[in-house]
Amino acid sequence: MHPWIGAGDDDRRRILTELGLDSIDELFESIPPEVCIDRLPMADGRDENAVRSELVSMALDNLSPECVPSFLGAGVYRHVQPSVVDAVLSRAEFFTSYTPYQPEISQGTLQVIFEFQTLMCQLTGMEVSNASLYDGATAMVEAVLFAHRLKRGKLDRVVLAETVHPMYRRVLATYADPAGLDVVVVPPGDDGRVSTDALREAAGDNLSCCIAIQSPNFLGIIEDLPSVADTAHSTGALAVQVVTEGVSLGLLAGGGEHGFDVVCGEAQSFGIAPGYGGPHLGFFTCREKNLRQMPGRLAGETIDDNGQRAFCLTLSTREQHIRRAKATSNICTNQGLMALAATIWLESIGGYGLRELATACLSRTEDLKRRIIDSGGPWQIAYPSSPTFNEFLLTGPGAGVELARRLADEGVLAGVAAHRWGGSWPDGLLVAVTEQNTAGDMEAFIDALGGIS
Amino acid sequence: MKRRAIRHEPLFFERNPDRLRRQGFQLPPLDVPAVDPDSVLPGAALRDQIADYPDITEMEVVQHFHRLSQLNYAVDEGLYPLGSCTMKYNPRLNEQTARLVGLAAAHPLQPVEQVQGSLRLIWELEQALMAITGMAGVTLQPAAGAHGELAGILMIRKALETRGDAREEVLVPDSAHGTNPATAAFAGYRAVEVASGPDGTVDMEALDRLMTDHVAAIMLTVPNTLGVFEHHIVEISKLVHDRGGLIYLDGANLNAFAGRALPGLMGADAMHINLHKTFATPHGGGGPGAGPVVVSETLLPHLPVPRVVKIGDRFTLVENDDASIGAMRGFYGNFLILVRALTYIRGLGSDGLREMSDVAVLYANLVRHRLAGAYNLPYDSPTLHEVVFDDARQTINDVHNTDIAKRLLDYGFHPPTMSFPLIVHGALMIEPAESVSPDEVEAFCDAMLAIAKEAEENPELVRSAPHDTPVSRVDEVRAARKLKVRWTADNSS
Repeated sequence: MHPWIGAGDDDRRRILTELGLDSIDELFESIPPEVCIDRLPMADGRDENAVRSELVSMALDNLSPECVPSFLGAGVYRHVQPSVVDAVLSRAEFFTSYTPYQPEISQGTLQVIFEFQTLMCQLTGMEVSNASLYDGATAMVEAVLFAHRLKRGKLDRVVLAETVHPMYRRVLATYADPAGLDVVVVPPGDDGRVSTDALREAAGDNLSCCIAIQSPNFLGIIEDLPSVADTAHSTGALAVQVVTEGVSLGLLAGGGEHGFDVVCGEAQSFGIAPGYGGPHLGFFTCREKNLRQMPGRLAGETIDDNGQRAFCLTLSTREQHIRRAKATSNICTNQGLMALAATIWLESIGGYGLRELATACLSRTEDLKRRIIDSGGPWQIAYPSSPTFNEFLLTGPGAGVELARRLADEGVLAGVAAHRWGGSWPDGLLVAVTEQNTAGDMEAFIDALGGIS
Repeated sequence: MKRRAIRHEPLFFERNPDRLRRQGFQLPPLDVPAVDPDSVLPGAALRDQIADYPDITEMEVVQHFHRLSQLNYAVDEGLYPLGSCTMKYNPRLNEQTARLVGLAAAHPLQPVEQVQGSLRLIWELEQALMAITGMAGVTLQPAAGAHGELAGILMIRKALETRGDAREEVLVPDSAHGTNPATAAFAGYRAVEVASGPDGTVDMEALDRLMTDHVAAIMLTVPNTLGVFEHHIVEISKLVHDRGGLIYLDGANLNAFAGRALPGLMGADAMHINLHKTFATPHGGGGPGAGPVVVSETLLPHLPVPRVVKIGDRFTLVENDDASIGAMRGFYGNFLILVRALTYIRGLGSDGLREMSDVAVLYANLVRHRLAGAYNLPYDSPTLHEVVFDDARQTINDVHNTDIAKRLLDYGFHPPTMSFPLIVHGALMIEPAESVSPDEVEAFCDAMLAIAKEAEENPELVRSAPHDTPVSRVDEVRAARKLKVRWTADNSS
């Protein structure tokens, strides 16, 4: 008998007797014998310590960015991690419960979702937020499909800035084909920012359902949001802002304040471990008038029979379990526990705290840029006059992959190769700096650069 | 719910009305020159301080969430018999391994030579899932079951297009979970419903009629949402394959037969596996899940990228492949969920996985046996890991499945699933799962029997339930009519 299985041999015999059966095999007689097997071709179960050892050995086979100066970003960032985040989400009342379909015994989860929705609206300047989506890439896909629905499926063109995370663009390509969407990618101008003229030309007149840009963009550069929103609306398209570094919203106004119709993306920065890529946290915010086309779950406020405030899931008539083939999305499970992590994190950091945190990222990023320029090596900051938040493109000898490898040999995880997925920008390293990168890390970065010059 | 103190916790935004600034976290000391944002960023891009966003202390944060947690029911509290959702125990070992810093802190864009451990883990889980299902290949990328369904149907679409045989329809039995038709539509197909026969399985005559050369695939759940195994599965596969279609199996109920039968032998071309069901990764209040998809030889070339490849004893990633459907999401899936699933599979192994299914099926049949005298069983075919009753005997007294569900809350149990299958009106879909003790299953049966009696003797008591929960019955209609989906200062309550 295994400790994770509730009935021992005696229990099983007793239950079989009650059911009038001789063997458990009789319960499986409805399965045709030709699809059955005697045992699985794998080893039998092992005790906890043995399993733990195997997993520990795998963990030790990774080089951990926790142990060396790391400037890896490109959509996944290392920020302050208050220990309360993991402590709270380790409470079984949160992590072993299910989707709060029974509101009377799920007020904890439901209130958390309501607080999460409120926080996301405050950060993005938007009016409504859903309860989460899988990740930033799929959140952007959902935004495009949302725009397509709002335009009644008649405007099949989607205009996408090339400086939207290439991985997100790749995921959109997977979904675009069956949805009948035609994705037009617009490269950045000489300053690394999207050109509104190029966007307008690509969008045409009443041909595109949306224009999607990322800000800060894949190269770390802050886009001119008001002019992008105006451009989108002048062509009859919705304006979609993708955000991959949530902490930027501590300093930068979200697209909601600049006329955007959707602000969506990745909220991993809010207390969620890099975790080799997941689980992370997709978010989606939009205007209230478009709420009924919004994908994903939603918590709302109401009252109970005694007139007390209570929360429940609402507008589920948009969802697959009611609408089936006509649902706004096929999503069922989302990222509930990750939304909880983000809520705990955002409430720990606070409104002033988030601004302080974002300002620290900015100060440290500007410090590293200055040190690189002052080092006098063959290194350049691409697009030097364009404003960045906490990430920039470094170019020079060895450019991307090779440079990253040589700096790793010097003990610094210096950045992500900018041409990993191709791109019309110069090859180089995307260098991300957060409040966790100390002056010592910066010195190590400069020393490593010096070591290979 | 007698064990719990009833209290309401104010919203985060409602505390601290005088906006005293407190501190809930610490930053590393600023050891570089401070930069004034106005000096380097365009003024128009900067935001004002966010209004109504308090700053509170660490302990206030802990208390807030601790109090909220006490308003929740959870697997650790008692039986959570949501049919088809498989609410089983989440072993604490899984939580430990998922927090190993070498795994949790790994950045997904580190060069492959720095993340051999992560890649090995992915590869090992792939091998295990192929062994458990008898299939030729697998992707671990999808983030949830429905996402896996979509990946599977897109692979089917790609295979048929590659064959020069693009088709327009996907067949879905009327007993299916709502994600199946939603997925088919999302993938660009028309979902066509197949009626169930009197025993709750697919009607072979209806299938024969509908299975034309317009049909790309059939999406079948095995066992189906009634807990009944599609005993014609081999004939169905043959019929569909002979007419050029492919077989998609919804693996949400794999925990009914793991270790006893192989989807590979059933003729499956694709099947998603909900790791948060069969393989005990936590449901987390609604995710994150993970929905790996196992595939046949036919679909192997079309698996999503990136893929982990083993070369000698090292691992690398394949990022591009023209035959692939492309990427389903960012990076390589919900990796830390994969860590938990591999931990669970290693712990149970070949013998334990079979025991898992055995006890899950045994418990469901115990529930069926005990409750059959009190609740109506609309389909009396043999059932595996779950059983579906309806409220036909209770509606005589104007007591409905939702009332029974709410009354169960008073007895300290989570209710069964009621929203589907659509072919059962007033459904009560019960899945005990294997991890609780028999005592817990029996206590649940006793509660159900007591409620059946109450429905006859004192129906109002059941209709007005719950009576002993943190809030009484919640007005869900009002929530949808008077929409309030975020807190605002001018509209606080």
